Amino acid sequence: MLPMNKLWLGLGGLVVAAVSPAAMAAWGLNMPKGITGISRETYDLHMLIFWICVAIGVVVYGVLIYSLFAYRKSKGAIPASFHHSTKVEIVWTVIPFVILIAMAIPSTRVLTQIYDSSESDLDIMVTGYQWRWQYRYLTEEGEEVTFFSNLATPEEQIYNRAEKGENYLLEVDEPLVVPANKKVRLLLTSADVIHSWWVPALSVKKDAVPGFVNESWFNAEVTGTYRGQCTELCGQDHGFMPVVVNVVEQAEFDAWLAEKQAAAAAVAELANQEWTLDQLVAQGQTVYTTFCMACHQQNGQGLPPAFPALTGSAIATGPIADHVTTVLNGRPGTAMAAYGALLSPVDMAAVITYERNAIGNNVGDMITPVEILQIQAAAQ
Amino acid sequence: MATGHDDHHHGPAKGFTRWLYTTNHKDIGSMYLWFSFAMFLLGGTFALVIRAELFQPGLQFVEPEFFNQMTTMHGLVMVFGAVMPAFVGLANWMIPLMIGAPDMALPRMNNWSFWILPFAFAMLASTLFMEAGAPNFGWTFYAPLSTTYAPSTVTFFIFAIHIMGASSIMGSINIIATIQNLRAPGMTYMKMPLFVWTWLITAYLLIAVMPVLAGVVTMMLFDIHFGTSFFSAAGGGDPVLFQHVFWFFGHPEVYIMILPAFGVVSEIIPTFSRKKLFGYDSMVYATSSIAFLSFIVWAHHMFTTGMPLAGELFFMYATMLIAVPTGVKVFNWVTTMFKGSISFETPMLFSIAFVVLFTMGGFTGLMLAIAPADFQYHDTYFVVAHFHYVLVPGAVFSIMAAAYYWLPKWTGNMYDEALGKLHFWLSFVGINILFFPQHFLGLAGMPRRIPDYALQFADFNMVSTVGAFIFGFSQLLFLFIVVKTVLGGKKATAQVWEGAEGLEWTVPSPAPYHTFTTPPLVP
Ligand code: HEC
Ligand SMILES: [Cu+2]
Repeated sequence: MLPMNKLWLGLGGLVVAAVSPAAMAAWGLNMPKGITGISRETYDLHMLIFWICVAIGVVVYGVLIYSLFAYRKSKGAIPASFHHSTKVEIVWTVIPFVILIAMAIPSTRVLTQIYDSSESDLDIMVTGYQWRWQYRYLTEEGEEVTFFSNLATPEEQIYNRAEKGENYLLEVDEPLVVPANKKVRLLLTSADVIHSWWVPALSVKKDAVPGFVNESWFNAEVTGTYRGQCTELCGQDHGFMPVVVNVVEQAEFDAWLAEKQAAAAAVAELANQEWTLDQLVAQGQTVYTTFCMACHQQNGQGLPPAFPALTGSAIATGPIADHVTTVLNGRPGTAMAAYGALLSPVDMAAVITYERNAIGNNVGDMITPVEILQIQAAAQ
Repeated sequence: MATGHDDHHHGPAKGFTRWLYTTNHKDIGSMYLWFSFAMFLLGGTFALVIRAELFQPGLQFVEPEFFNQMTTMHGLVMVFGAVMPAFVGLANWMIPLMIGAPDMALPRMNNWSFWILPFAFAMLASTLFMEAGAPNFGWTFYAPLSTTYAPSTVTFFIFAIHIMGASSIMGSINIIATIQNLRAPGMTYMKMPLFVWTWLITAYLLIAVMPVLAGVVTMMLFDIHFGTSFFSAAGGGDPVLFQHVFWFFGHPEVYIMILPAFGVVSEIIPTFSRKKLFGYDSMVYATSSIAFLSFIVWAHHMFTTGMPLAGELFFMYATMLIAVPTGVKVFNWVTTMFKGSISFETPMLFSIAFVVLFTMGGFTGLMLAIAPADFQYHDTYFVVAHFHYVLVPGAVFSIMAAAYYWLPKWTGNMYDEALGKLHFWLSFVGINILFFPQHFLGLAGMPRRIPDYALQFADFNMVSTVGAFIFGFSQLLFLFIVVKTVLGGKKATAQVWEGAEGLEWTVPSPAPYHTFTTPPLVP
């Protein structure tokens, strides 16, 4: 039976291709070795099991293919009459069992290491949102740095109106930055549905579950940029929420963090500034594009019935207090999330003012960051 | 029946009411099989939409929202509409013939369990035409994406699932009642054909887990409409609880789709090897242990949800254990062929491909069981490749093997062997072009359920799509072959296959409308 033989050769060829390093790089055939101790151990484990499977495959497929050639009726094969052998059955129950134990031992060891997230050097809270990641560096009280990491690939590329860039769909506006050779602990949760944070090179994949906090950690040994994606179906833009991690030297990290902290202080300061309606609308446009456009659409028309229009809507053109409540607290039980904790007072004031004075609305009123702060303080 | 009290009437009624009112296991079996084939084409169409969109990076044909509806509907229709009803159809046709029973034990319920199915799927498919769109949360419908964040059509989905579940439960009660009560004198349990054995065990699995599925969708229904918070942390619930309950159903469900396939190939391989099945007893024990283990491995689908270490270890070890009985089965099939006298008719080709490719799926399954490695594989195309290898060249190939194997018995005509072989080779080549590259995609880091992907995944996606279209369109050839055989062809003998053994080959071909009205004696 020639075609079976060909299949075998084909599979063999693919196996060889899969493990020859050059082919791996060019074709992306295999799991990356990664840049952490755990990721390398995971890779080794993966290859160990792979080779065990190949070995078993060679034996099983070998006997099968031999039989298909040697015992054909067309060649006059006379069937034997045996159909039972306790001895053989015991042997091929026991041998796999032993192989499994041999696999279980290193697996248990690696898993135990992965679960030891104690004694971290840096803790970062990772929150999944539809459809972006939020990172919050849990440094000294009052000096936390929080930011969102959004897909940076322009829509023109996705809809094939522009040439796709090198890191198509795997690029963000603000990557996660971590120091090399430090134990970084991630605390993962979600604000809406379940997401899953995955960077293959770090061998970290952990679900972000709303209402619960999961732990994971990594210790990146090589500086550079590493990319991954959300791996738990989380709705419409599940394919469009990449993860990008920049691993940098400690000194560079410290400088970056200090800069971020200063910027955060400046944002807090900004809230107390005087803002004009035009300034808020200008600022609001960016906020709207990043946070609201996916559902309410660029022109405010929404995607009824799922996502209502804001242009001419009762809320966006009615009393401003209701508008503020809606955006601050969301609408529980619907896709409209509470943005109170997500947006800075400036951004909150800006996006509300924007919605009332752009996207086809022309109410003419505004709300200032200070008023937002007051409303939030009153609510607490 | 139309002719009421006419005791001499043994043929079917005429016209549509024959099918509507029928309580005949052969009629009902045929309806299940046709229905399943229709669903196979429908689910296949959804799959082709998915593969067409993934042919190239960028969005070409569908929007992400519709893409999610396609992946969801593809999964649901294939699992509940194509694979499960096909096996119930085979059970209906063959179990009475194999154990020497005149019909199924509960013929009226049999009619009912089939006829509610088309309504369930009509309800499910109708959501595609509703404003809110079809379910878009994946066939695993994880909360809260399927509850708080679901389109309003989720309620139709829930009721459709309830009806499918009711149908499955009734079907399995019927199968158990038939096997346990209607065996011909002398047909002891350890003489039953393996197909009957695997179905008996499958039916128990179904009875055990379909209520769990009904439970989980009911909890969803309450969360959505009646203000409970089973799956919402805000109200004291837990989204991960959903996954535990779902997979407590879902893992045995996987075996529900593969155990009858084991039974089918255990019938076919001995026939065309002209040698008795090797290790009959161990096949029965292996099937039973797989069924038992299937209840204690569910959380291997959930390694990344943040279970405690002890939980991870338990589910990892238990999952690895499944390799033992599964290995025994593969070894037995290979040893059955060893020193046989093999010929390569279409059913045998599909069965050999089953052994080879199901084993491939078994290997990747073993890899996925290793929790630390699963952190890298989970929810990538590696998983997609894995479960399609066990479900398509696994379950689906076994169904095709069964169709070719018993078609002469059902229709009285031989199918066209040359066309059958062509169908096999197209399917075999197509399936491997379709799914083999997906292993590489997953390992290289492509998540599943995404409508668009990074550029390094482009080549293999293109290859995979080509395979999908080859495989998909080859199934029209299958339809043609079956119709041609129903309409005519070389007359089949009662024995049909030289090496076949079993009661079904003692009745004429086509099998008369009523068979074994007096039970045969099994020596
Ligand atoms: C995930 C989709 C989604 C995103 C993103 C989103 N919204 Fe909404 N929004 C909704 C939905 C759905 C409703 C309707 C809720 C309901 O049924 O009451 C809504 C309602 C509203 C309303 C009330 C409209 C009315 O007339 O009832 C306002 C105002 C609003 N959103 C503002 C915003 C702002 C500002 C942002 C960005 C900061 C935003 N939304 C982001 C989905 C979204
Ligand atoms: Cu996500």
